[in-house]
Amino acid sequence: MRVLVAMSGGVDSSVAAALLQEQGHDVVGVTMKLWGGESDSGCCSVSDVDDARRVADQLGIDHHVFNFGDDFTRDVIEPYVADHAAGRTPNPCIECNRHLKFDRLLHRAEALGFDTVATGHHVRLATDGAGRPHLARAADAAKDQSYVLYVVAGDVLDRVSFPVGDMPKDEVRAHAARLGLRTASKPDSQDVCFITSVEGRRGFLEDRIEYTPGRVVDATGREVGRVDAVELVTVGQRRGLGLGGNPTPRYAVDVDVATATVTIGDRSALRSGTVDLTDVVWAHDPVEGPVLAQCSAHGTPHPARVVPDEAGGATVTFDEPQRRLAPGQSVVLYRGDLVVGGGIATR
Amino acid sequence: MAYLDHAATTPVRPEAREAMLPWLGDRTGNPSGAHRLARDARRAIDDARDVFAERTGFAPGDIVFTAGGSEADNLAVFGVLDAQVDEHPGATAVCPATEHHAVLEAVEHRAGRVVGVGADGRVDLDRLAAALDDDVVLVSVMAANNETGVIADLPAVLDLVDERAPRALVHTDAVQAFTWLDLPERTTAPSGRRVDLLSLSAHKFGGPQGVGVLAVRPGTPLRPQLLGGGQERGRRSGTQNVAGIVGAAAAADVAARTRAETVARAGAQRDRLADGLHDAVEGLVETGLAGSGAERDRSGKVAGSCHVCIPGIEAEALLVLLEDHDVFASAASSCASGAQDPSHVLAAMGVPRELAGGSLRLSLGWSTTDADIDTALEAVPAAVERLRAFAPTSHAGARP
Repeated sequence: MRVLVAMSGGVDSSVAAALLQEQGHDVVGVTMKLWGGESDSGCCSVSDVDDARRVADQLGIDHHVFNFGDDFTRDVIEPYVADHAAGRTPNPCIECNRHLKFDRLLHRAEALGFDTVATGHHVRLATDGAGRPHLARAADAAKDQSYVLYVVAGDVLDRVSFPVGDMPKDEVRAHAARLGLRTASKPDSQDVCFITSVEGRRGFLEDRIEYTPGRVVDATGREVGRVDAVELVTVGQRRGLGLGGNPTPRYAVDVDVATATVTIGDRSALRSGTVDLTDVVWAHDPVEGPVLAQCSAHGTPHPARVVPDEAGGATVTFDEPQRRLAPGQSVVLYRGDLVVGGGIATR
Repeated sequence: MAYLDHAATTPVRPEAREAMLPWLGDRTGNPSGAHRLARDARRAIDDARDVFAERTGFAPGDIVFTAGGSEADNLAVFGVLDAQVDEHPGATAVCPATEHHAVLEAVEHRAGRVVGVGADGRVDLDRLAAALDDDVVLVSVMAANNETGVIADLPAVLDLVDERAPRALVHTDAVQAFTWLDLPERTTAPSGRRVDLLSLSAHKFGGPQGVGVLAVRPGTPLRPQLLGGGQERGRRSGTQNVAGIVGAAAAADVAARTRAETVARAGAQRDRLADGLHDAVEGLVETGLAGSGAERDRSGKVAGSCHVCIPGIEAEALLVLLEDHDVFASAASSCASGAQDPSHVLAAMGVPRELAGGSLRLSLGWSTTDADIDTALEAVPAAVERLRAFAPTSHAGARP
């Protein structure tokens, strides 16, 4: 098969390319240029492209660089900024997967005659009872990336491949070391690729939105503190709310940018039994009934029930009330190890 | 294989390789030395100097060897500005927005004035005039554009500068022009005024990579950018690349002697290619045509330049498909990562970003054959057809 491997310059995608080559496929590597600004690491800095290119050279495969900067700006950066301005906390890596890695790149791959796009993600493909493919949790639970990949669904699942998904991370590194790949001991990139450790999320957004100072109020509406920027307050946050020391921990339970108000509450107020989801992506058909709901990249999955609605959304009711989600965060639904769908939490 | 990327770099001419080999073999010598072997090396590069002097309309002592065209451009801009900065703190440079990055970045680095161009890519003399005043010490206009092949009317620029900023120097980046144009003729105004500085790059006319020339009129204040042993009369320190310079001169000599024949042959090949693409690719827009474009008047472009914009396709993808069929071309410029960057030249010409995203530069040269044109005429339309068939539809799973 002709396989296009998305190579970020990290060890996982390096080994993914190597494995496919060992399996006898016709492999070509590509690095996407997404972010042209400052970055600590991630898939966009020139040294990472060089790493990907040199690994490709070591493997003897062709390597291209595709400039998808315009799409990245439109589909990841701008919504990231707009969401924060509206009081939501998005996950830009999910949007990048949705629009760039598994859409834009897939289309380009098809136009160029490739059968499959492969990445170095730690995730597996497995079939359900009806023989349909699903994303499934990776062999290395600590590295499982199924959560950020839930947007990869439907027919797309027939055209993607995740060669390292059933390998523990240390085995991936060992394989790279055996092959003498220069990325064998390269540290994993940690954060969002367009936010540097120097400026942080705050610095990034500061250049792009005007922060709204706001009041912090308790459940009765009484003002108990102030914040410089309501847009930076996340539901569940405890610090930085301008509260004095208090024996009972209090958390942001709601953020209303329009009225510049952060409502705080105690731990029980922070809990909620349900969450409404929009923009739900189902692996195949909508699912109704018992699921495991995971609310963050490496969060514990919680037993819940899901009921889809007619508008492309769904309501998730947890068996036990869980910590409220910040609007904009994703909830991913599993049956066993298989991803059945996911969506974005509303306020 | 159809190599149609001469504007990026040209194959080394056999004459250049022959001239270089002894200096990559038994011959050795540092031109700055005193003994006979050193003097032999010195003689070799001075002979090269004579060649470049003749072919550019400068004197041998005006020729400064550099490590390439970009260095020559930087030396022109920074060298002139730096030399003025003490006496003339407001001294500034002007260039059109279509210049090569090696001029543009240098001008912008010193907060120079960048002027817009017409939709045809030619210098807008009115806008240039508006940017000229007593603070302008350097005007830089490239003799031929590397993307579009458009030839600048340097005599008109020289006249304008004489009129509006008479103490300003005029530099021309002639990197893309040497192969196609008689430079002394093209860089002299009817008044007799000539350009003051001129840049060349050997690997664009069949010489090796890593060698360039900045020709500088005598008495031009120029602060060197590379300090050291004082080579090149103090204008550019560093041991000269003897083999490279010798190869560059051999290539320059052949290129100049055979120029008329090359222009005629490549021009005919280019016309066949461009006309063929017009016929085979619907909606194709050819860049750099004079007038309205209706008559396909290519007289304002160098003979080897075929640049088109193809609606509905992405240049990046097109280049990959072409490579699969052994056709080698380029689009705009590559950034450090290797990705294609949007063309600043097309943007300056007002070409919409999406159309510019479908740009294709096919550039011919001394070694282009009719078979290359045949191959391209087969491969390009087929690749375009495939890409148009796979044009991206709306994103699956997209958020409203």
